[in-house]
Amino acid sequence: MLDKKRELLAGIRDGMPIGLGYFAVSFSLGILAKNIGLTPIQAAVMSLLNNASAGEYMGLTMIAAGATYWEMAVATLITNARYLLMSCAMSQRMDPETPFRHRLFMSFDITDELFGITIARPGYLSPRYMYGAMIPSIPGWMIGTALGTLAGSVLPLRVVSALSVALYGMFLAIIIPPARKDKVVAVLVVLAFASSWLCSWLPVVSALSDGTRTIILTVVLSAGAAALFPRKEQEVTGA
Amino acid sequence: MKIYLYILVMAGVSYAIRALPMTLFRKPIKSRFVQSFLYYVPYVTLAVMTFPAILHATQSQVSGAAALVVGLVAAWLGADLFKTAVACCAVVFILEFFI
Repeated sequence: MLDKKRELLAGIRDGMPIGLGYFAVSFSLGILAKNIGLTPIQAAVMSLLNNASAGEYMGLTMIAAGATYWEMAVATLITNARYLLMSCAMSQRMDPETPFRHRLFMSFDITDELFGITIARPGYLSPRYMYGAMIPSIPGWMIGTALGTLAGSVLPLRVVSALSVALYGMFLAIIIPPARKDKVVAVLVVLAFASSWLCSWLPVVSALSDGTRTIILTVVLSAGAAALFPRKEQEVTGA
Repeated sequence: MKIYLYILVMAGVSYAIRALPMTLFRKPIKSRFVQSFLYYVPYVTLAVMTFPAILHATQSQVSGAAALVVGLVAAWLGADLFKTAVACCAVVFILEFFI
């Protein structure tokens, strides 16, 4: 019992900077939603149910373009496809004893950030840790979007700037410590930085969306590393 | 009303993408290649998303680059998620007084 509470509290703590970062980032989403004609309630519902930045931007552009529902579905699928990969990775780190409903609830908020912090912890994934992190994250994202439609940018630009890097800071805190311990991960991180930077200006590739580029690079680099440096059995669950 | 239908389509597709692998792959995948692949996925995907995006998240690339360096150092020295995030925010906040 005590253990479950501690997991939840640890999740809330690690979710705080995520919630704040979401709040800042979703403001701009709200401004776009307003320009397209969504009410604050509609924008809030969209963010509550989607929890996806690029996916929601794409969705809003589809609404603005008067797309069909099919086009909307396909666009959402493509923009959010990386979550499919994250969900696969998470499925392999679930305790077989964990009740099935947790898989349904955890899936709801597989975002770049919550995926990152949840999978960064050693051993089996902890549903309660992830729920704890959702407590500040979901309202941060939802309220930020709604306020964005209402107020435009009430936060000074400097504050938005500062909060926007919170998410990247967390990513670094997740990938750097394992890179320090494991040369393969270290080289992989450096290669990922380099290739991501290359792809952001190379012709053709740079025209792809960020989401698509992320998927391609992730699949290519991870598959390469898996072929050249397969993990030993016990290492795989201990990320 | 039409907007709510759009939102529902988006939400349905987003949830299906997230929930299908989690609910379908309930047994561990035996292949050592697939296991290794999925082990590397988080590191690669987070690294790809961080750089160069962090440089464009701020008003000026200089403060973005400073946040990157501070984040790398803090994480290297063992700061946790929260502390690393706060350190990155602080350096941007302070630098953008001057930029």
